[in-house]
Amino acid sequence: MNFRAAFAAPSLAALVAGGVLTATPVLAADISMVLGSVGQDAAFMAKEVKLFEEATGHKVTIVPMPASTTDQFGQYRLWLAQGKNDIDVYQTDVIWAPQLADQFLDLSEAAKDVVGAHFPAIIESQTVGGKLVALPIFTDAPGLYYRTDLLEKYGEQPPKTWDELAATAKKIVEGERAAGHKDMWGFVWQGASYEGLTCNALEWVKSSGGGQIVEADGTISINNPEAAGALDRARGWIVDGITPPGVLSYQEEEARGVWQLGNSVFMRNWPYAYGLGSSDDSAVKGKFAAIPLPSVEGQASAATLGGWNLAVSRHSRVQEPATELVLFLTSPEAQKRRAIENSQFPTVMALYDDAELAEKQPVTIMWKDILTNAVPRPSAPTKLKYNEVSSRFWNAAHSVLSGQKTGAAALEELETTLARLQGRGW
Amino acid sequence: MTAETSFSQAPPPEATRRSRLTAQRIRSAWIFLTPMMLALALVAGWPLFRNIYFSFTDASLTNLGAAQWIGFDNYYSKITLPSGREITSGLLVDPEWWRAVGNTLRFAFLSVGFETVFGLIVALVLNAEFKGRALVRAAVLVPWAIPTIVSAKIWAWMLNDQFGVINDVFLKLGLISEKVAWTASPDTAMTAVLIVDIWKTTPFMALLILAGLQMVPKDIYEAAKIDGVHPVKQFFKITLPLIWPAVMVAVIFRLLDALRIFDLIYVLTPNNAQTRTMSVAVRENLFDFDNFAYGSAQATMLFFIIALITILYITLGRVRFDGGK
Repeated sequence: MNFRAAFAAPSLAALVAGGVLTATPVLAADISMVLGSVGQDAAFMAKEVKLFEEATGHKVTIVPMPASTTDQFGQYRLWLAQGKNDIDVYQTDVIWAPQLADQFLDLSEAAKDVVGAHFPAIIESQTVGGKLVALPIFTDAPGLYYRTDLLEKYGEQPPKTWDELAATAKKIVEGERAAGHKDMWGFVWQGASYEGLTCNALEWVKSSGGGQIVEADGTISINNPEAAGALDRARGWIVDGITPPGVLSYQEEEARGVWQLGNSVFMRNWPYAYGLGSSDDSAVKGKFAAIPLPSVEGQASAATLGGWNLAVSRHSRVQEPATELVLFLTSPEAQKRRAIENSQFPTVMALYDDAELAEKQPVTIMWKDILTNAVPRPSAPTKLKYNEVSSRFWNAAHSVLSGQKTGAAALEELETTLARLQGRGW
Repeated sequence: MTAETSFSQAPPPEATRRSRLTAQRIRSAWIFLTPMMLALALVAGWPLFRNIYFSFTDASLTNLGAAQWIGFDNYYSKITLPSGREITSGLLVDPEWWRAVGNTLRFAFLSVGFETVFGLIVALVLNAEFKGRALVRAAVLVPWAIPTIVSAKIWAWMLNDQFGVINDVFLKLGLISEKVAWTASPDTAMTAVLIVDIWKTTPFMALLILAGLQMVPKDIYEAAKIDGVHPVKQFFKITLPLIWPAVMVAVIFRLLDALRIFDLIYVLTPNNAQTRTMSVAVRENLFDFDNFAYGSAQATMLFFIIALITILYITLGRVRFDGGK
């Protein structure tokens, strides 16, 4: 259906740009890729794909998907299980590799010359039983965005601990509201019941010394006073009027909406919001900076390791051109363009020493600190059950945030549920 | 017995002819029904059978072929943890599932209840003679005609706490003192879903009840008028009893629909424990989690719960699908 084999007349562009690859007429293939899109991802990917088309003569169709990673996963899993061959390349979340490994091609042979250039931890996260399931296209870790102008106006320093953050936010919100800025909030993040809440809550818990839900050896560690305190603290932000109650339905884009209209002092978000916040129609342009997320006194800051990868479907009928596309989009050149234009961070280590990148997108270099503190979600120890573990965790966190349960009660219940889920072993 | 046997041994010519005719009719009835029954067996019976079968296996979505029979373990089983603690697991003791069942029942009864009352009112209005009635009748159907996904998205934006028009209007009217997170807060999430569903499906109820209303002969009202019966009494003594069969049939259509609600909740309040219904839980286990067999068990249970409610409704409500003839 999507395979149209034809000898494409080599256009001038293909001859020029494709000089490195091949100058002879190429067997043109139609490649389809799915892409869950946040911010301006789709527009950027369209530009990249065009470069690929010009260089190779293949044709690429981008199929846009919902922004929510949970929604995407359900759909992809279904398609792949059905053996659907309409989609050749999938953009996959960093946590999906163990769950979808059987459905993707092993890229280790095709990528053997380039894997060494990427962060080893990221390549490891995409390797399941010796099989390289996907190649990283960008890495991600959230930071704390703050309004430099407001902090300066109220004589405050960027917060290092959660308590400082709450105190600063409260002071500024009260001051701004008294001055007539009624829609002002202190701190926005992602509190909807979805994977994003797992990321947020994991950061609160980890940076309070409460562990990582399920540890690397498979023990369920979530039921502890530090973790319960971390969830209660987040509930406190809502009660104190620092965080809008609507945060319980916010994903990334809703939080960015509030922030970018200039209605929040702090925001927890991924790097993509940096580029968008600096765009011309943004109310906060030039008035903000980003730092590592706060922690509890004596603990290290924690940022959930995110990032996206490209995988080739086992059911694809154009596996070679599709692999070529994956290699093109994950190449150092493409990652550099992505970092500059879309503020998404390279997985190629050498780019962090790149002078041009440092000049055009200094935030990349700033973010290196955040990336080194990145914490993985427990997708490796929980294997196929990760999604359910994550869902139980975010539901428990949501019940605390909405004030139905205390942190201690919710986590005690969660521990039992996870134990039941674990059964005889993950 | 003997009388009957002798009767059949020597039937009168009249009866033979009739029974031959009956046999012929039964035969042609079978001929006409067979294609439909085959089609039903293929598109409904087989999937249902497969689903029930999978609920007794350990099937995984990625490899359905390798499913092994495990008996009732998906419904109820006892396992011993590595720590030595014995726990029960399975659908019958799954609090999440029973909560979803509770949510579904609450949603179904509340939404159908309100829709019936509002639908009746709308139908009575539309049944009256007034100028532009045809236009109003068409306009009323608009919410029903919009695809659920689209209307759910529209409402999601209108109910959005920061940018939604509903908070804006309510604030300006002074009905609320601060912006309400309608779909996020556990207190209002179910109400928000109910409001949207009632908005959407009241027209359907109104239409079915209107059809019933138009069957009521006009001369009864004339007689009642001559006898000086109060209009309110007319409604309760004439209109309501006469349209009751139509209302009961409309209610069961809606009830069946409401018990399997999925799209509206999935779009409006995804993953929210307060509004998660049976269908939402089933989908989650089938596709999001690695629990195809467990999801199948839930789907089987969903089927039996809906069947049970339908049977109870039909017997207790003495519903007659022939319109009460």
